[in-house]
Amino acid sequence: MTQIESLYQEIILDHYRNPHHKGLREPFDAQVHHVNPLCGDEVTLRVALKDAGGEPAVADVSYDALGCSISQASASVLADMVIGKTVREAMGINGAFLALMQSQGQAEPDEDLLGDAIAFEGVSKYPARIKCALLGWMAWKDATAQALAAVDTDGGDADGKEQS
Amino acid sequence: MTFDVARIRKDFPILERQVRGGQPLAYLDSANTSQKPRQVIDAMSEFYERHNANIHRASHQLGEEATAAYEGARLAVASFIGARDATEVVFTKNISEGINLVAYALSNAATAGQDAARLAVGPGDEIVITEMEHHSNIVPWQLLCQRTGATLRWFGVTDDGRLDLSQLDELITERTKLVALAHQSNVLGTVNPVKLIAERAHQVGALVLADAAQSVPHQPVDVQDLGVDFLGFTGHKMCGPTGIGVLWARRELLEAMPPFLGGGEMIETVWMDHSTFAPPPHKFEAGTMPIAEAAGLAAAIGYLTETGREAIAAHEHDLLAYALPALAEIDGLRLLGPAEPVDRGTAISFEVDGVHPHDVSQVLDELGIAVRAGHHCAWPLHRRLGVQASTRASFYLYTTRDEVDALVAGIRHAQRFFGTV
Repeated sequence: MTQIESLYQEIILDHYRNPHHKGLREPFDAQVHHVNPLCGDEVTLRVALKDAGGEPAVADVSYDALGCSISQASASVLADMVIGKTVREAMGINGAFLALMQSQGQAEPDEDLLGDAIAFEGVSKYPARIKCALLGWMAWKDATAQALAAVDTDGGDADGKEQS
Repeated sequence: MTFDVARIRKDFPILERQVRGGQPLAYLDSANTSQKPRQVIDAMSEFYERHNANIHRASHQLGEEATAAYEGARLAVASFIGARDATEVVFTKNISEGINLVAYALSNAATAGQDAARLAVGPGDEIVITEMEHHSNIVPWQLLCQRTGATLRWFGVTDDGRLDLSQLDELITERTKLVALAHQSNVLGTVNPVKLIAERAHQVGALVLADAAQSVPHQPVDVQDLGVDFLGFTGHKMCGPTGIGVLWARRELLEAMPPFLGGGEMIETVWMDHSTFAPPPHKFEAGTMPIAEAAGLAAAIGYLTETGREAIAAHEHDLLAYALPALAEIDGLRLLGPAEPVDRGTAISFEVDGVHPHDVSQVLDELGIAVRAGHHCAWPLHRRLGVQASTRASFYLYTTRDEVDALVAGIRHAQRFFGTV
């Protein structure tokens, strides 16, 4: 069963059984709700930003998610990867993860950049699971974009306001 | 005579396939789409190789042959479902299109002249569906109500997956214009009491549409016996090709209904500022229709008829009687829908504690077993049952007990893989 083991690597199953940063917390700057209409997987995700030497950084990502092992584990890894990074760095990781998902098994991913997210490489060979792996990441991107927009409109006030 | 499933399987070339690096295919997703026997594939190839031309308007021998194939398919359908005559059979691309055809007729009726006016739906009118419907028998009605100001109401579902008929007389009233319901549920397998509901509907002057996508392939269906006004089904779920479906409707309704799609072939005369329309069924068949697909559908009807629809239904009942207890024995598996093989078809949906349907289906896929995971285009039903998503296995005439055994073993394997047992 080696092919399926490349999909369900131990790291993924670990994150599935013990998801990191799970739960919805305050304060937050934006909240989104994303759904995969094919299977009903869903995630509610909040982003809290902070200032890191003049540029925005990710203070916290909290979430509540219902879905398959891939979507749950992916949300957990996402939170691990972006919390504490600047938004700029986190968006870079996000882009690299998206590219990995779209690589159809042909990629040579950057382990330093992606960390545990590299474990999802096998997903790229199973088209039906790509949206599962991306669910949390797309939700985070959306929430962060909304949080940044709110900061712009309110002239720097980013404190516990729900955006969606 | 015992049902020779091994011989039947030889008619389906795809069933020989191996998948995922050497696993024999166990195809348990027929409710999604059915596999096709050689006879259907050959009928379509032969049409293109020997008889291809456009129909009705071609004035040469090939045109005659193509027209005979197409209109011959219509006759075959009429006979298959007990229609009074073939003019009551409208070809569509699938059943979703057929249901939309009816929904649009009911809103367009308001602006389509005298004959259609009695069909018009407006504020104060009600459309009644059920909570177990496929999205294709929900969304068109939502859109109809949006267009017209009518109100959408629905039958609930009991905990064991049957229609809740306790409010029958309160739901279907003089305000009801149409009741639309599944003959057989694609998730629960439940066979609904369409006849009973049609009787109530007619008492109050309402029309009835049956979604027979999951019943026509699996059991003999007679539109006169059911007493419905409209019935839809689709070729690809009954061993036929994709791209062709059927809407059957009573003749006088088709005569009163305004056209759905306008274009060539559905006209009688055309001027620049107005047109008149062909009589049914052609009034509802605009443009070039799926001709080769009709030939394929006719071959599928022939195949199912020759195999014997009662025999197919009995074979599936046997499988169901075997599978339901075997699945119920799995610790941590929750069956959705009726647990007994009574008024119940072979769509079997279930939850496995601690293992998401996507993961169950992934493990099964690795073992060569094809099932479906998600909400199976019945999201409201899943919400009603308190289930986020489910795994669905579905059987057909080519399904074997060995495949059921493989399914059971595969589920247990998934439980071990994810460490829930």
